[in-house]
Amino acid sequence: MLTATEWQIVALSLRVGLVAIVMTLPIAFALAWLLARAAFPGKLLVDALVHLPLVVPPVVTGWVLLILFAPSGLIGHWLDRAFGVTVLFRWTGAAIAAGVMALPLMVRAMRLSIEAVDRRFENAARTLGAGRWRVFRTITLPLSLPGVAAGLVLGFARGLGEFGATITFVSNVPGETQTLPLAIYSALQQPGGDALVWRLSVISVALSLAALVASELLVRRAGRGHGGV
Amino acid sequence: MVAFDLRLTKRIGETRIDFALTAGEGATVLFGPSGAGKTSVLNMIAGLLRPDAGHVRVSGETLFDADAGIDLPPERRRAGYVFQEPRLFPHLRVRDNLRYGAPGGRVEMAAIDFLGIGHLLDRWPRTLSGGEARRVTIGRALLGAPRFLLLDEPLSSLDRARREEILTAIEHIRDTARLPILMVTHDAGEAERIGTRIVSVE
Repeated sequence: MLTATEWQIVALSLRVGLVAIVMTLPIAFALAWLLARAAFPGKLLVDALVHLPLVVPPVVTGWVLLILFAPSGLIGHWLDRAFGVTVLFRWTGAAIAAGVMALPLMVRAMRLSIEAVDRRFENAARTLGAGRWRVFRTITLPLSLPGVAAGLVLGFARGLGEFGATITFVSNVPGETQTLPLAIYSALQQPGGDALVWRLSVISVALSLAALVASELLVRRAGRGHGGV
Repeated sequence: MVAFDLRLTKRIGETRIDFALTAGEGATVLFGPSGAGKTSVLNMIAGLLRPDAGHVRVSGETLFDADAGIDLPPERRRAGYVFQEPRLFPHLRVRDNLRYGAPGGRVEMAAIDFLGIGHLLDRWPRTLSGGEARRVTIGRALLGAPRFLLLDEPLSSLDRARREEILTAIEHIRDTARLPILMVTHDAGEAERIGTRIVSVE
């Protein structure tokens, strides 16, 4: 099976991917809700900004993160002063990079599922005495849950594959920021690293495939849940 | 006593709704062809659609008054609204649909025994027939401790036998619950049978 080094790489990748989506979830859901339901000036701009990591070269995203989180940077300075921590060259930084890159996909999936919630159910709930918050909690959120889950899975898969922003932002430190794609890249540079490239690539494909199948199943379940009402 | 005192003006696209009604106790039927804005009138009474001008008073209480700046949100109007399509929450079983609006979340089955839905409590809405879903919807509206009932074409898309069941149920509510009822229909027979009074809407 897997060697100790391979396990370390896989475990780190999974940890980075999971922390990334858990961190991004509340932000992504709030943005998705705003874009699906609210009308406000500058909505188009927010929509564009959210999608930016999808189209900008990842290296650029990584470089922007580097500037922001450097000790002299806007966020880095604050993190250092308030908590005495830095995310540079740390796995937490890799998780931030993965989260930023996953954000557009997560917002898209969640926004679609919120938009698909039939407003007539929400109106019915209000005539039954439910205020806005209770309607959100008991109707909107549960009915959009399959889309939220699909967004999480997609974001997780995207985070697992993150390369450009990560290597630019937190470099390629074995055991700390060296996730699957970075490890594959390193192995490619080494003479005789072919076997490792093969093994890590197969693991990557398997993980991504599992995530996509899970996402597809969730979306199908969502389709059934809303049907036959 | 005046149950419904309504004066509503609303412009929706090209159509303009001007509606005034003063009606006493029992069941008032709004009778007219589809597309005359009857559903919009019910939505304005329930608080789901904001009138441009006018007022909504039910049993002496003002729910909306454009001049006085009063506009109670739907959750405080306590309308028992039976929509044209059942709108049962698809992710909740019948039991939880019934208790959604019930004070304290308690389902007082005795209050809705006449609907004959006691055996459906553990079912999911998507497994109900049209007639069953309709009866559950009526039960859900009644359990929400409403101050008045709004019924929007409660018999639409039901076969003959089911219509009779629902008609009997509505008569039962009219004669026992002492709630003011405002019902919308385009069927003269239904209007005759339920209406304490019938108001034609053009």
